[in-house]
Formats: sequence, C-alpha cells, structure tokens
Amino acid sequence: MARKKLFDAWAIVYLAIFAAYLLFLIYPMYTILQNSVIGENGTLSLEWFAKFFSQKYYSQTLIHSFSVTLCTTVLSLVIGVPLAYFYNLYEIKGRSLIQVLIILCSMSAPFIGAYAWIQLLGRSGIVTKFFQSRLGITIPNIYGFNGILLVLTLQLYPLVFLYVSGALKNIDNSLLEASDNLGCTGIRRFFKVIIPLCMPTILAAALLVFMRAFADFGTPLLIGEGYRVFPVEIYTQFLGETGTNYNFAAAISVIAIVITAFIFLVQKILSNRFAFTMNALNPIERKKAKGIKGFFMYFYTYVIIGLAFLPQVYIVYQSFQNTSGKLFRPGYSFDSYKTALKRMGDSIPNTFIIGGIALVAVVFLAILISYLVVRRSNVITQAIDTMSMLPYIIPGSVVGIALVMAFNKKPIILTGTIGIMVIALCIRRLPYTIRSSVATLQQIPLTTEEAAISLGASKMKTFFKITVPMMSNGIISGAILSWVTIITELSTAIILYNSKTVTLTLAVYTFVTRGNYGYAAALATVLTALTVISLLIFMKVSKSKEITF
Amino acid sequence: MSVNIKIKNAVKRYGKSTIISGLSLVIKEGEFFTLLGPSGCGKTTLLRMIAGFNFIEGGDFFFNDERINMIDPAKRNIGMVFQNYAIFPHLSVKNNVAFGLKNRKYSKDKIETETQKFLELMKIDQYKDRMPNRLSGGQQQRVALARALVIQPDVLLMDEPLSNLDAKLRVEMRQTIREIQRRVGITTVYVTHDQEEAMAISDRIAVMKDGVIQHIGTPKDLYQRPANLFVSSFIGRTNILEADATVNGSLMTLHLKDGFTVSLSNVQPEFRQDRKVIVSIRPEEFIISENSDEGLRAVVDSSVFLGLNTHYYVHLDSGQEVEIIQESKIDEIIPEKHTVYLKVKAEKINVFTEDGSRNIVKGVNNDSANGGEA
Ligand SMILES: Nc1ncnc2c1ncn2[C@@H]1O[C@H](COP(=O)(O)OP(=O)(O)O)[C@@H](O)[C@H]1O
Ligand SMILES: [Mg+2]
Repeated sequence: MARKKLFDAWAIVYLAIFAAYLLFLIYPMYTILQNSVIGENGTLSLEWFAKFFSQKYYSQTLIHSFSVTLCTTVLSLVIGVPLAYFYNLYEIKGRSLIQVLIILCSMSAPFIGAYAWIQLLGRSGIVTKFFQSRLGITIPNIYGFNGILLVLTLQLYPLVFLYVSGALKNIDNSLLEASDNLGCTGIRRFFKVIIPLCMPTILAAALLVFMRAFADFGTPLLIGEGYRVFPVEIYTQFLGETGTNYNFAAAISVIAIVITAFIFLVQKILSNRFAFTMNALNPIERKKAKGIKGFFMYFYTYVIIGLAFLPQVYIVYQSFQNTSGKLFRPGYSFDSYKTALKRMGDSIPNTFIIGGIALVAVVFLAILISYLVVRRSNVITQAIDTMSMLPYIIPGSVVGIALVMAFNKKPIILTGTIGIMVIALCIRRLPYTIRSSVATLQQIPLTTEEAAISLGASKMKTFFKITVPMMSNGIISGAILSWVTIITELSTAIILYNSKTVTLTLAVYTFVTRGNYGYAAALATVLTALTVISLLIFMKVSKSKEITF
Repeated sequence: MSVNIKIKNAVKRYGKSTIISGLSLVIKEGEFFTLLGPSGCGKTTLLRMIAGFNFIEGGDFFFNDERINMIDPAKRNIGMVFQNYAIFPHLSVKNNVAFGLKNRKYSKDKIETETQKFLELMKIDQYKDRMPNRLSGGQQQRVALARALVIQPDVLLMDEPLSNLDAKLRVEMRQTIREIQRRVGITTVYVTHDQEEAMAISDRIAVMKDGVIQHIGTPKDLYQRPANLFVSSFIGRTNILEADATVNGSLMTLHLKDGFTVSLSNVQPEFRQDRKVIVSIRPEEFIISENSDEGLRAVVDSSVFLGLNTHYYVHLDSGQEVEIIQESKIDEIIPEKHTVYLKVKAEKINVFTEDGSRNIVKGVNNDSANGGEA
C-alpha cells in the first residue's frame, strides 16, 4: 500500500534519530541523575543534596547565581527594550552600523568581554589607573557581583534588542495611529500599547537571557573572584584542583536543571497569557528624532552600543601592543600574533574541523527532524521533538559533565575525542536550529510537495528536490549563526577538551588564565574576525537580516 | 489517453467524524466534471482521495477498469492544479513545467519540445526563464496548468484554481481553462464553491452538501429542474413559497397564499395527491402586470436597473419578500409603493415535497439517483 512504503523510508530515519537521542542525551542525563544519588560509600543516598543545602558555602552559590542572573535579565530588558524602540520608531543615523555592532556584541564569547573589562576597570586596568593617578578617584570594585552584572548585561541586552526589534517590525502602523488618534501618545503609548504588543517577545527574550546568564561559566570564573556561582562550582567539583567529586558535581547539576526547568515553565505559563500573532501590512513608519528628545535618543543609543563594543575594540588594540613576558610594553607590532600562532598548536584547524563537522551535522539533523515533526507527526517524532528541546534548559557545563560521566568508561569511551565535542555542540545547538527550521517549513504549503508527487516524483526526490531547496534560505542563515555560536562556545568545551582538541576559543581562554593577555588578545581578534566574516556572509545570504537564536 | 472515473461508496473519516459516507459517481471520459457545494462540504476531501493524497477509508475508485485505491499518488498519472498554484518557487517557469517530464526519464529532446509546446499553449513562453515570484497571479495559474498538462495525464484535477484571482481575470481564465480542456480532451474534475463559475465551465456538475451528492446533471438540468430544494436555492436565485396542492385528474392545482392558484399538468404521477408543497419560482419566472388585478398582489419596495434587466424587490400581502427580474422596458420603471399583480410561468416553476427532498415535477435528470451512473 502507498502509505506503507512511505512509512518505511522515514521510519528508519526517525528511529535512528530517536536512538541517537536516547544514547547521547537521555542516557547521559540519566547517568548524572544516578551519580547524584550515590553516596560516599557507594549506596543510594541524598547526602550530596543535603551537603549542598546545609552548608552555606555551597548553598550561597545558588543565591548568588540567582541574584546576578535576575538582575542581568531585568537590566538587559531595561536597556534593550528602549533601544529597540528608538531604533525602530525613529530615524537614527547609522542604522546598519548599529545593527552590525549589536549582532557582533551578542555573538562574542562572554569571557572575552570579562577579560577586556578587567583590563579596563580591574585593579591595574588603564581606566582605573587613569582615575586614580590623575584625578584621585577610586573606581568601584569591578570584581564580583558588579563585574558579572556589567559584563553579562552588556553581552545579553543585544539579544533583547534583536528579539524586540523583530516584534516591532510586526506591529502594524495603523495600531500606533489608532492609539495616537485616541489620545494615547509618547511614553503612555510606549507602556500602554507597544510593551503589551511586544510582551510575548519580551518574555521569550527574558527567558533566553536568563538561561544564558544562569549557565555562563567564563565570566564569573574570570571576574567573579570571591562571588561564587553555580556553573563555576559545578566545574570546580568536577575538575577542580582541590580534588574532584563527580557525585557532588552531579547533584549540583541536577539542582541547576530543576531551577532552569522551573523558570522555563513559569515563562511558558506567563507567555500563554499573551499568546497572539501579529502581521503588519503597513510596517511602522520611522519618524525623525528631533530636539532634546532626539538628542537623548542618539546619546542613549550610541553610548549603550559603544559600551558593549568597547571590549572588542580594546582587545583589537591590545593585540597589536608589544609585550614582554606577561607585561605590555610601549610600541606596536604583530609580535603577539606571531607568538600566539606559534604556541596555539592545532587550535585553528581544530576549530574548523570540530566546528565544521558539528555544523554539517546540526544542519542535516535539523532538516530531517523539522521535516519529521511537521510532516510526519507521530508518537516517536513528537518524542524526538521534545527531547531535542531539552538542552535548551540544560546549562552547557552540565551537558559536558553528563557526556563525560556517560562515555568515560566501557562500553563506549568517547572522552578526549573530537567526536564527543561534536556531539556536545550538536546537542546544544539543535534546539535553536530545529525551531527555526520548523518555522520555515510551516510556511511552505503542503500542496507544493503534493504537486511534485502528482508529477511523478518519489517521496525522497520530493524531499531533496523541492522541500530542502525551499527551506534553503532559512537553513543557510541558521547555519551561519550556528557556526558563530559553535566557534565561540566555551562552557561545554572546557569540560570535554584535551590537548589534542583545543579550539580557538579554548586557546584564548587558556592564554587568559595564564596571564598571557597579549596572545589572548591576538587570538581573540582572530576569533572576532572569523565572526565578522561569518556575519557578513550571513547578511549577504539572508536578505531579511532577521536573526534567530 | 483519457479515462473514465468510477467511484463506488467512497467513505472518508477524520477521527470520529465522517466527512463522506458512501458516495458514488461516474465521470465520463473527456468530460469536464465539477464538484460544486458550499465551503466545508467535502469537495477537496473527495478530490484528494482521487489524487491519492487522502487515505481512502472505504469504497472503490476506478480509472477505467483499474482499481486505484492502492496506487501511489506519484503513479496515478494525474495532473493537479492547486488553489495556491503550488508553483516551485526555486525553479524557473520552464523548469517548473519540465519537472514532471524529468521524473518520467524522457530524452532531453523530448522534454525540451514538450515543455516548449505547453509553454506556448498556455502563452507563457516569453516568461520561461523567469522565477515564479516575478509572475502575476494569472501567469502563475498558467504555469500551474501547463505543468499539470505537459505530463499528458489521464485525469486533470483542479481545486478552486481561480479563487485567488480578481473578478475580471477569473472570467478570462475560466474561458482559457475550458478551451484548453476541450483541445486536450482530458477528463477533468474541477472543484468550486462558485455556482456561476461551475455553470460557465462544466459539462456536468455534482452539487454536494455535507458530503452527500444532491444532484448530478448538466448546468441546464440543475437550473431548470433541480432535484431538491437545496439545489434549487444553491444554483441561481429563487423565491420559495409554501402552497397547498389539490389534484384533479392529471392536473395539480397549487393554492398559494392570498388565494392565488397555479395549475400544473407536468407533475410526476406518483406525487399526484393532495399535499402540502414548497414552490420555487425564479425571479424571471414571474410576470408583472400593472393593469389587471389578477394574480398575487404585491407592493414594490425598490428596484435596480441593470441595463438588460430590471430587478424589482416587492413584498406580498403575507409580508413575504420576493425578487423579480424583468427584461427592461422602454417605459417608466415601476415606482416604489406601487401595487402590482404577479403571475407565474407555470411550465418553468418547480415544486418540491413538503420536506424539500424531492422535485415532483417531471423532467428531473439526476445521474446521482442511479448510483452515479450517467
Ligand atoms: N485533515 C483534516 N482533519 C480533520 N478534518 C478535516 C481535515 N480536512 C478537512 N476536514 C474537514 O472535512 C470537511 C470537508 O473539508 P473540505 O473537503 O476541505 O471541504 P471543501 O473543500 O468542500 O470546502 C470539513 O468539515 C473540514 O473541517
Ligand atoms: Mg476546499
């Protein structure tokens, strides 16, 4: 029977993907859970959870993480939403530059921002020294809560900006005119009309910012000092110099997942209340920014973006400075680049090999999975859909630890291989790529595929000749964004790498931790250049300039 | 090669709800056959069962004598035109048209010549290297039709192909579709909810309601002798009046309200008995008389002059509103509030049983009454 045959071809595909998810996600997660409830003497016990909650030394990491994440989320919204509002409702000069800079800021690895801010505002940072020696002013301490908040906010408000800009583009101009007409203008209109209309998006952006900030590992490690947070604690317990404790690390991981899952559910419930869709026939007409209001908008926009971009600029500057040992010397040269490239080993080829394989796998899997979810919905494909979304709420370091715990012993040993790094990148990136592929596919009418079939094309031929090409625009732009996130990924890689699988981002990180700031700056600049090139290609390919994370 | 299509007791369910239960019909070779009915009545569902995109829960579908229930949609040799055209956006016009031929592994030359032939037939050869997003709706429609016909299908299926076009283009395209279909001589099943379009284009029409075929016949059959009350009001416009019928020999007399009577000699013998009936009188089946005081008394509420015809909206003494169409006269249009008397063209009107399920007048041609056989 016709239906039967088609069932078989795709059944192999979805059963294989289902099995892969069971093996590489569910089984490692299960391993973590299992390890978290095994006590010191090898029996079933909740002692690690008890230890965590009873000793303030540990439990305060929870409070720390929570407060800094919450503050980051609120501050990112407070900065990002007005910025998006000014950008989309008013004619502000340098639009494309603003767009490019913001995307660039959102894409760089957070720990690079942290390290740059230390160079600027840290104990011996140039700004600190300048204020101290010339003006006699002592700058507030950048280490700890303040520093993490500063770095993460400047890193993450661009996400809010990009999300909310997307939503504002879907607001029909007539809604604003109607509001003006009814006497609701200016600030009142911003709070009574614009914010509610963007609410679903604002909530989605808030969730994303929360997840990123909560799971970020590099920033608090560098700038947090005594302010100890969750992801760092997991890392310390797992790989720390003071002796490792897998079971305790597993228990903390479980607590982290419970928290992120809870936040995720709260956000879902909240956003269900605001579920509506908009589609603008007449997009918002941008007005000229004039007078004192106009001045304020320009000032705000450029200062905010300048602040976020400052670290990048400073690092590029530093990369050309002369160094001797760990100290910077007067004068400029390419010496840092030369030495860094010599001492970085295989990290550039590694970046391209690991990133490249992961990218191909992510794109391929995202196409298959989105097709299965949209066009071949059944119990198993729905299960794949749900499983693929799980990593969205699992902090990257937890994914790393889970994979190590699951695959560092027989029957499957993968630790230290390129394979395990590729798997980790796939697992972490797929939730985003699948979502955007599903959205693309849902916009393709089923009848187009049916037309191909009625013209005698087989199911597989229709898929490859019609469906995939029609999705290609969305796929390619999604792929480029994946590529950028893949090459700047740190929190999972730091747990999984060994000397043979060092990537560019890891190399930067290593130089930073050793205090070789010149070399770090040189490699970070290379990384930024790679990111810029990728983004330029992205903008060329996707005419829409929409960014989905 | 064209085929005839036989459908016997087709059944389609979605979950618990049965959309089509036991539908039968026969579509003749080379015929332009239309499925007509209100939105949601199951036309698309039936069409997609023929195409093979909907699973067939029950019944038998035949192309000539071959049962096609189990044949893969790609192997049914069907040309299909979709409501949204379903043009492949990433292929040029020419490659869209050639797509089906390439699946059939013809030689390069044959693909080239056949594609060119149909590009010319549909008058789109000057756009052949364009991408679809640079075509107008009408041009996309032509590409869709060329693409469906170039594979020399046994059957052409079209699902509301004109509904996305503006009114003027719609009339033009339906002419084109009709001509091409005649020229190619292909068995065609066409779906629409627009009765005027169906009348203009079809050899025969099946009127559907709630998944059940009400009447199969030529446009003339449907309009002049509709099988039941639903068909009479769905096809064209009509006025529905209640009446008591009395029988005297072969003559049936309808007693309309207000004491007006009409005598009919063309009632089917089996229905000749005293009964309540429903009378369907189309607007043009009334005769207005201003002078004589015989007939149904009515007062003119308003009128619309449309050149060839003038429409009058009147109400009867009972309060019922009635629409009348008269060929425009050179005299004055009858003014509002004016009292007129109406007679009917007795040989044209239709009379239905009290429940509206059967037309009791002679001359009803309904192919669905005999299991769909024409
Ligand atoms: N995939 C489906 N699942 C469930 N119900 C459906 C589906 N497709 C159509 N229906 C239902 O079947 C009925 C007939 O639909 P359809 O054939 O599309 O009507 P038409 O084409 O005559 O407007 C409708 O009530 C519709 O809601
Ligand atoms: Mg339909």
